[in-house]
Amino acid sequence: MWNTAKLVVLGVLAVLAALAANYGRDLAYQVHAVIILLVAAGLFIATLRRWDEPVPAANPNEYMDGVIRAGVIATAFWGAVGFLAGVFIAFQLAFPVLNFDWAQPYLNFSRLRPLHTSAVIFAFGGNALICTSFYVVQRTSAARMWGGNLAWFVFWGYQLFIVLAATGYVLGATQSKEYAEPEWYVDLWLTIVWVAYLAIFLGTILKRKEPHIYVANWFYLSFIVTIAMLHIVNNLSIPVSIWGSKSVQVFAGVQDAMTQWWYGHNAVGFFLTAGFLGMMYYFVPKQAERPVFSYKLSIVHFWALIFLYIWAGPHHLHYTALPDWASTLGMVFSVILWMPSWGGMINGLMTLSGAWDKLRTDPIIRMMVISIGFYGMSTFEGPMMSIRAVNSLSHYTDWTIGHVHSGALGWNGMITFGALYFLVPRLWNRERLYSLAMVNWHFWLATIGIVLYAASMWVTGIMEGLMWREVDAQGFLVNSFADTVAAKFPMYVVRGLGGVLFLAGALIMCYNLWMTVKGQPKTSDQPAMVPAE
Amino acid sequence: MSKKPADQPTQTETTGHSWDGIEEYNNPLPRWWLWTFYATCIWGLIYTIAYPAWPLVERATGGFLGYSTRANVEEQIASFEEMNAGLEEQLASMDLTTLGEHPDVQNFAVNAGAAIFQNNCSQCHGSGANGGEAGNGYPNLLDDAWLWGGTIDDIVWTVTHGIRNEQSPDANWSEMPAFGADEILPEEEIDQVVQYVLQISGQEHDAEMATAGAETFEYECAACHMEDGTGNPGLGAPNLTDAIWLYGGDVDSLTETVTNSHFGVMPAWSEEFRVGSGLEDWEINAVASYVHQLGGGQ
Repeated sequence: MWNTAKLVVLGVLAVLAALAANYGRDLAYQVHAVIILLVAAGLFIATLRRWDEPVPAANPNEYMDGVIRAGVIATAFWGAVGFLAGVFIAFQLAFPVLNFDWAQPYLNFSRLRPLHTSAVIFAFGGNALICTSFYVVQRTSAARMWGGNLAWFVFWGYQLFIVLAATGYVLGATQSKEYAEPEWYVDLWLTIVWVAYLAIFLGTILKRKEPHIYVANWFYLSFIVTIAMLHIVNNLSIPVSIWGSKSVQVFAGVQDAMTQWWYGHNAVGFFLTAGFLGMMYYFVPKQAERPVFSYKLSIVHFWALIFLYIWAGPHHLHYTALPDWASTLGMVFSVILWMPSWGGMINGLMTLSGAWDKLRTDPIIRMMVISIGFYGMSTFEGPMMSIRAVNSLSHYTDWTIGHVHSGALGWNGMITFGALYFLVPRLWNRERLYSLAMVNWHFWLATIGIVLYAASMWVTGIMEGLMWREVDAQGFLVNSFADTVAAKFPMYVVRGLGGVLFLAGALIMCYNLWMTVKGQPKTSDQPAMVPAE
Repeated sequence: MSKKPADQPTQTETTGHSWDGIEEYNNPLPRWWLWTFYATCIWGLIYTIAYPAWPLVERATGGFLGYSTRANVEEQIASFEEMNAGLEEQLASMDLTTLGEHPDVQNFAVNAGAAIFQNNCSQCHGSGANGGEAGNGYPNLLDDAWLWGGTIDDIVWTVTHGIRNEQSPDANWSEMPAFGADEILPEEEIDQVVQYVLQISGQEHDAEMATAGAETFEYECAACHMEDGTGNPGLGAPNLTDAIWLYGGDVDSLTETVTNSHFGVMPAWSEEFRVGSGLEDWEINAVASYVHQLGGGQ
């Protein structure tokens, strides 16, 4: 019965995709239709071939870890891809000749830039969030994941979303909304995948054997629910034709801008902050083998963070068509957000009290601690930049890029690396990592890379901000835009080198994880479900 | 919630739960954290009373400071406009050759002209006005070679009407024939005339071919570039005897130019021809004054 339903759905999908490929009005749409056709037809044939095979029953007393292993591999892979794309476009900015003539327009900066941001945020960060949330929710609920193979659907469905998004950018399909570039049908697909993800996560929490829900799961849940809401509202659009990728936004003008930055800022707030705080709340106490610093603080800062973040978006639109009142509110909520954000930092850092000596001996803890440090720094810098007077200097400059990267590379990157180093030996039942010395190398390469990146962007950002606003005594602009571009060149090279160091560290990690799985002795015992206490 | 006995290293109680081995201390909120949080909340409240903030039914609260970003900008622009109004008027209507006698207007014209140049002209001529890479087709405005004349009135005309565009009927206009592409001259004669141009510009050349090329030059090129090759600014025909080359002065570049010709376009900048994005009269005079004083003005 289940197989029949699967065959019907896949068959219909394959036929529709074939029609779409035939009638498609633009290249991106046609390529996407062919990709969907191949996937649907492939799965159709696979289902047919396995028609009579008995499905091995899953042991309800074991955690479902296969999909998490796949997620770990995907995280490391997309991380390397995303960082590589970032390094390349950084050098494209320094050396425009890297916008190759033979690859016009496909490999231009304009098309690779969203490829980079989506690869690191959604592919690397998203896979990290999905796989760690699956790991954490099972362990802290002492329950096997709800929904069985639905988790595999979420995993592969999400990979399909990434492939459709990335190929779309290169082929020119974009909504031109930052961090929400994929076109309407890709958005619809992500919605389906995301609802399935929410169902799995909620289902697992509901069947938990622990009396209380662990704090990490509050953060993960708030991330999943809010991203669903943000994604749907910001992507409300009407396709020009069902046979083409282009669509028209439902909102227009300043309403559209406000919706976009309500989405954009909360992609930072709920994807890159709340979700990763969930990660932090599990992996830091586990790796440090210490209790979380304060339960009260976790409650207060959780609710304050969730309530305040959603209002902070307008600070992206200071001095625009946005009315002053909205801009004031965005700024005020951003500044009040400072302490709720730091609550997570305090809880993370203070969890190490009694275990500070591990900073010397355990490079993984060191990675986690510096990630919390960068988290604290960027959540101070953010409220500061949201202040109207500061923003009038920093807005549209490289300072913003530097701010984003000290958060993304420092906080999101480092905490994810720490989590991967924690997970791989446990998921593959290995006694230990292949090499702690390599973790140490990774730590230093990444840290120096981030420092080069952030420092160079502060310098160019403040410099170009000052150059843009410089007027002479009679009110005339002193510098041309091209002057500021020329002045930034040396710092662009430094930024690119910082990226190279960060990428090198990530590649070392990939090798280290690979060798851990391949070469380390197996532990004898399979991880059993932890009984509730 | 059951409380556990004091924990070893820090002497603090936990909440009594354990998730996958993770416990939580029952520590109170750090005082400095809480008070800073309260302080930002109170500051936020005061700030929203002082500045436009809370949306009501008809309009949002305006704040007791009467702050408005738009009013601020308008005020700044108005103050500069008021300060400069007399100068703009004077500049728009004056005879620019007498600019030197009015230092205040001249100073204003050059400063304004520099800003106008940065915004509108630097994209092609470079922000330093040197035309960028040699031979790219954008003239260097720092030297004393002028395709269409270098007096201040010539420059005003060129900025106003542009060169070889469809916008202004009075645009500077001329067109060099494509001697090779249109089969006016055989390849051999093109090679010879190129050698002759190399000769008159003082470069290494083949003397025999140059002599043959001189004849071709006289009846095909001299009409515009003049018999001695020094050019004619009335026709935008460049001087071929100096070391300044709009499209390159080596054999390959010259052969390319003679064979296929070039058709460099500059837009007309007067608002008469660019509705909404053009320059006003005083702005054209300002940018012309700026360019004229860069070093090469005649």
